[in-house]
Amino acid sequence: MRTAITLIILVFSGTGGDIAVAYAMKRIGEVHSFSPMVILRFLGRAFREGWMWLGIAQLTLAFCSLLALLSWEAVSFVVPAMALSYVTCALGGKYFLGEKLTPLRWAGIGLVSVGVALVCLG
Amino acid sequence: MKSSKTHTLRTSILVVLLIILNSAGNFFFGLGMKRIGEVHAGSVAALKFAFVAVFSSGWIWLGIISMLLFLGALMIVLSWADFSYVLPATAAMYAVVPLLGHFVLGESVTALRWTGVALICAGVLFVAQTPPSTTEKS
Repeated sequence: MRTAITLIILVFSGTGGDIAVAYAMKRIGEVHSFSPMVILRFLGRAFREGWMWLGIAQLTLAFCSLLALLSWEAVSFVVPAMALSYVTCALGGKYFLGEKLTPLRWAGIGLVSVGVALVCLG
Repeated sequence: MKSSKTHTLRTSILVVLLIILNSAGNFFFGLGMKRIGEVHAGSVAALKFAFVAVFSSGWIWLGIISMLLFLGALMIVLSWADFSYVLPATAAMYAVVPLLGHFVLGESVTALRWTGVALICAGVLFVAQTPPSTTEKS
C-alpha cells in the first residue's frame, strides 16, 4: 500500500511538474535565436513565471518520493514502474497543453514505455 | 515563419543534446558518489560530513552543471515543441547506455534488454515521424 501510494505521488507529481514547466515555456513563447543574451533573457523570464515555480515544486516532490521509494524498494522495480510516466505525460500533453496525439505518436509512446521497462528489468 | 523542416532539425539537435547532457549528468553523479562511498544518515554529524563530501567533489559539480544545462536545453525546446514529442524522444538514452555498454565496454547484454532497446528505438522512430509541434503558436 505504502509503495503504491508513493509510486502514484511520484508519477503524478513528476508529470504535473513537467506539464507546468512546459506550460510556462509555451506562455513565454518560442526561442528564435540561440545567442547567449537571448537565452539568458528567456531563462530570466521563465523564472518569473508562476507556472515554472509550481513545476519545480512538483518536481521536487517527485524527487523526494523517488528517494523515499528507493529506500525500501529495488531500483529494478522502481525504474520500470516509472516508465508509466511516458503515458501520463502524453495524456497531460493532450488534455492540459492541447497537443494533438496521432495514433503513430501513441504507438511510439507505448513502445518506448514497454522498452524502458524491459531495459530496466533486463 | 520557420519551416517545419527547420523546426524538426532544431528539435532533433536539441533532443540529442538533452540525451548527451542527461547521460553525462548521471554518469558524473554516479562517479562522484562511488568515490565518496556509502552515505550514512544516522546522525546530524554524519549528514553534515556527507553534505560536505558531496559538494566538495568535482565530479558532483560536473554533474550539477550538466543537469543545469539539461534543464536549460529542455526549457528552450519546450518553448516550441510538444511535450509529448520531446519526452519519448529523450528516452533514447535508455537505449544508448546498453549499446555503449556492449560495443564500447564489452559488457554482455541480456536478450530482454536487447528487446527493450529495439522497442525504444522503434518507439522513438514512430514519434519522430510526427510533427514536433501540434499546438497553436501564441
